Amino acid sequence: MKIIIKNKSELPIYEQIEQQMKSQILDGTVTEDEQLPSIRQLARDLKISVITTTRVYNDLADEGFIVSVAGKGYFVAPRNNELLRERMLYEMEDGLEKAVKNGRNAGLSNEDIMAALKKFMED
Amino acid sequence: MENILEISGLNKAYDGFALNDVSFSLPKGFIMGFVGENGSGKTTTIRSILNMAKIDSGKITVFGLDSVSDTIEIKERLGVVFDSLYLAEHLNVKQIEQQLKPFYKDWDSGEFFRRLKEFDLPDNKKVGDFSKGMKMKLMIAIALSHKAELIILDEPTSGLDPVARDELLDILTEYIENDNRGVLFSTHITADIERIADYVTILHNGKVWYTGTKDELTESYAVIKGAENDIPAELKSRLIGFHAYRNGFDALIKTDDLAGIPDTLEYEKASIDEILVYIAKEDKYEKNERHS
Repeated sequence: MKIIIKNKSELPIYEQIEQQMKSQILDGTVTEDEQLPSIRQLARDLKISVITTTRVYNDLADEGFIVSVAGKGYFVAPRNNELLRERMLYEMEDGLEKAVKNGRNAGLSNEDIMAALKKFMED
Repeated sequence: MENILEISGLNKAYDGFALNDVSFSLPKGFIMGFVGENGSGKTTTIRSILNMAKIDSGKITVFGLDSVSDTIEIKERLGVVFDSLYLAEHLNVKQIEQQLKPFYKDWDSGEFFRRLKEFDLPDNKKVGDFSKGMKMKLMIAIALSHKAELIILDEPTSGLDPVARDELLDILTEYIENDNRGVLFSTHITADIERIADYVTILHNGKVWYTGTKDELTESYAVIKGAENDIPAELKSRLIGFHAYRNGFDALIKTDDLAGIPDTLEYEKASIDEILVYIAKEDKYEKNERHS
C-alpha cells in the first residue's frame, strides 16, 4: 500500500490516509484479507502520531473497509462490493450536493458549476 | 490507561518566576509535545521531574514512582536529551561508555556501539568537538543503551539543521513503536511535534494553558480574519490575541464560537505555532487595554 502525506494539504492527515487506503482497497491494489501494518508500525513508517493512525483504523473499521482480528491485527475486509460501492455513491452524491450548494451561494450559474466539475474530471 | 508520567499541583517559585499549580499526565505508549514561549516554565518543570530542582509543593510520579523519594530508580529507567551535552567534553565515546556503564544496571554495551554506528558517530573524537546534531544523537544512544522507558528531551532541536531534526523524528517514532515507552519533548520548533505528538501541553506564564490530545487542540481553535466592524460585539470579548491593523483584524477563536459568525469573516485552522503566538498577543493586548 502506498500512502503519501502532504503537509500543505487542507485535509487533516487522518483523512488523507483514509482516502488513500479506501481507494486502494476499492481498486484492488490491496486485496482481501491482506494484513495491514499495525497501528504503531504505520505511525512509525509515516512519522506521525499513534493517535492519528488509531483514528484511521477505527474509522476504516467502522465503515467496513478493514476488520480488526483480536491478537493478530488489522486486515482488509472480505469484499462486500455492493456495500462499499453504495457508500462511495452516497459520498459522491453528498459531495456533489455540497459543491452545487456552495457554487450557487457563490453566485455561479449551472454552466459555471458544470465547467468546474469537468475540469476536475480531466485532472 | 496507565500513565508513565503524572504531575499534579506542582508549584515552584524562583525570584520573579513561579510554576503555578502545574498538572498534566502522559499515558504509556505516547509522545507529548511540551511547548510555550521562553520563560513559560518548561525547563523548570523538566528539572522538577528529574529532581534537579526542589519542588515547593505538588506530586510528580514517573513509572508510578515518586520523583523525590524514588529518584535513583527513576533515573535508571529514564533517558534525557538536553540542549547541550551533560558529559565530560574532553573524552571520546569509548571513554564515555566506560564512565557511564557502572551507573546503569541495564547498560548494554553492544547496543551502545551499534547505535553509534547507526548514527555515524566517530569513536575516536572528543565529544566536545561533536556538532550539535552528533551530541543530540549521542545522548539518544545513551538513553537507548540503558533501556530507558521514558525519554525527556529539553529543546533538543534548537540549533539543529533540518536533516538532523528529521533524523530525530525518525528515531523517536521508532522508539515509540514499543507501547511501553513514552516521550516528553519540549521544543520551540512546533513543526517538529505537529506530526508526531499524540499529546500536547502548553505552558504559559508558569501555568498549564492546554493539556490534552494534539488533535483536540488543533480542532478547538481557528484563526479568524476580517474587518473589525463585522465582529459582533459579544463575540469580540471571546477572541484571543485580538490584533487590529489598518485594513482589518486577526485573532484566535474557539471553533465552538464559529457557529453564527457573519460570512464576511474568514477563518482557517490554527497551527500550534499560531496558537502560541495568539496566547502571547493576548497578554500584550490585555496590558495595553488596561493602560489606555
